[in-house]
Amino acid sequence: MRSELKARPASPSRGRRLGAFVFLSPGLTYLVVLLLVPLALVLSNTVFRRGRFGGVVYEFTTENFARLMDPLYLGVVGGSLRIAALTTAIALLLGYPTAYAIARLSPKWKTIALVAIVLPFWTNFIIRVYAWIILLSGPGLVNSGLAAIGLGPYELLYNRGAIVTGLLYSYLPLMVLPLYAAIERLDPQLREASANLGASPFTTFRKVTLPLTIPGVLSGCLFVFVPSFGNFVIPEILGGNKSIMVGNLIRDQFLKARDWPFGSTLALALIAVLLVLLMAQAWMARRA
Amino acid sequence: MSRIRFTRRLPAAFAAAGLALAVAACGGESSTSPEGTNAAAADDLKPNADLTKQSIQVTVWDGYLPEEFTKKAKEQLKVKDLKIALHATNEDAMAKLTASGDSGIDVAFVSGQYAQALNEQGLLEPIHPELIPNLANLYPEATQLSYDKGNKISVPYTWGTTGICYRTDLVKKKPTSWNDLLKPPAWADKKVTMMTTERWLALPALKALGYSVNTDKDEEIAQAKELLLAQKPHLLGYDDTTFGDKLKSGEALMVEAWDGWCPTTDPKGNIAFEVPKEGSDLWVDTMVIMKSSKNKEAAHALINYILAPENHSWAAENINYKVPNKAAMERVKVAKGSLLGIKPDELLDGESIVDLGQASTKYTRLSTEVTAQS
Repeated sequence: MRSELKARPASPSRGRRLGAFVFLSPGLTYLVVLLLVPLALVLSNTVFRRGRFGGVVYEFTTENFARLMDPLYLGVVGGSLRIAALTTAIALLLGYPTAYAIARLSPKWKTIALVAIVLPFWTNFIIRVYAWIILLSGPGLVNSGLAAIGLGPYELLYNRGAIVTGLLYSYLPLMVLPLYAAIERLDPQLREASANLGASPFTTFRKVTLPLTIPGVLSGCLFVFVPSFGNFVIPEILGGNKSIMVGNLIRDQFLKARDWPFGSTLALALIAVLLVLLMAQAWMARRA
Repeated sequence: MSRIRFTRRLPAAFAAAGLALAVAACGGESSTSPEGTNAAAADDLKPNADLTKQSIQVTVWDGYLPEEFTKKAKEQLKVKDLKIALHATNEDAMAKLTASGDSGIDVAFVSGQYAQALNEQGLLEPIHPELIPNLANLYPEATQLSYDKGNKISVPYTWGTTGICYRTDLVKKKPTSWNDLLKPPAWADKKVTMMTTERWLALPALKALGYSVNTDKDEEIAQAKELLLAQKPHLLGYDDTTFGDKLKSGEALMVEAWDGWCPTTDPKGNIAFEVPKEGSDLWVDTMVIMKSSKNKEAAHALINYILAPENHSWAAENINYKVPNKAAMERVKVAKGSLLGIKPDELLDGESIVDLGQASTKYTRLSTEVTAQS
């Protein structure tokens, strides 16, 4: 009797495991071959010397890590962190009310609003970024508009502000969507109960809505922060390459400087920063 | 030279970047071979080899050969096959060519200093002049290129120089010196761009200081770096690809540019090019034949085909690059304002960029340090 009880759940679970294996293996193979193997290569590159024409000379060295500690490169990493953090903060401030408003629309308008949020993704990313040059350049649309009311011209392009603007524009939808999902899922009865118990709308928001949507806030922040931190297209196109970010530095090590080991070391540093952030997010989400 | 002129739209460059990374992942062992050891010894090639048994694989910058090239050359040379692969930059090409013993490539287009570097690695087949009668079409100056005097390992395809490309209608004074770019006057403040690719970032500073563009002295490079850092706050930005557009829109008034990229033939006629008085470089894009090629006779025949005036003039007529081919240039109608009129002897005043071996790291480091400085 006992053994029977024990054996019974075992067999479907073995079947389930087999099924899971069959379904998982294509994805798993894909990840191992296209993610883990290249990652291992990047990791191993970091302790070797650069080859003259790119590539790697297999002589052990720690100089890449020593170079990483150079204030010049730490400065670039720090600058990238600041730009990404600022972008994320503004995206949250803009994205939360947007998501909140969308969640309260009628189903028909909700669909329209969500499609509108996703619509920009149908156009090529680079083209959308280039469009900002037309808007922000010296003789561009924004400045001519301001000139019409007697202001400006302002230097809007090729600086940090332009980079943040571009990042914000590109990744704001990634903030709105998870926030919308979190707010939408919220049981309206909770808010009603809070109001019935005498809480003001603000207190309800602060004590009920916000704490319950924290996981959405955290994923939204992560979705915006991660691509902003590693971005190299926007600093190049809108930042005029003057204030480069860690992504540019890595790209240049591979494509211009032909220093794959140092490029890999920088990439490793970037991954490390992001891992710490992911763990922090997981930890905070669990507490929320 | 990062000659991505026709794929200038960035996505292609990024796709290339992705590819380069992929190549990077596979081609690790390549560069362990000792440097500068052996310039290749010539193989015995038969002038009457049966080309119908040979296939040619070429790697070239996108847009650098005419579209119908493959079809026409194949017909005329009667080779078994002719395939074209593309690279976006010299770096891409080097990754391909040095990645393994036999890259499968017969003819490669690379800049002069890279041809020199490939040869120092023993990867190039010497040019057999007897198989390329059309070499006689070249200007005499085109055999005096310092990275390869006498065209022993490379055949020049296009050449040009670097200078200041500017808006004639918007500058208050015509630029004549690299210092006009390095220390822009008040009217040009934040309306100037510089290139950052390879050796061209340092070029204006080195020339302004009176040094060689091929210097490997730390002291001289450090002085150039000081100049470039002092210049940075006065720049619109660093730009290797779209500086021509910035000039046209009026965002920039003066930019560091390769002659072929300076839009002097723009219908508005308000853009001109000036080689500063301190001098500049002479860059050459060349064709080389790989030592590993099994189709060397066909490869020579292909280069000979390209050097025919009616074929070589295509580059001058269509992509606006001067070609070092006298017979070809004589066929070309030079439009008003076009830089195709720069004479070979004027070009040769420029210092050709040669490969610096390990010292080239100093320049990539300089480039990184200048752009990373906030």
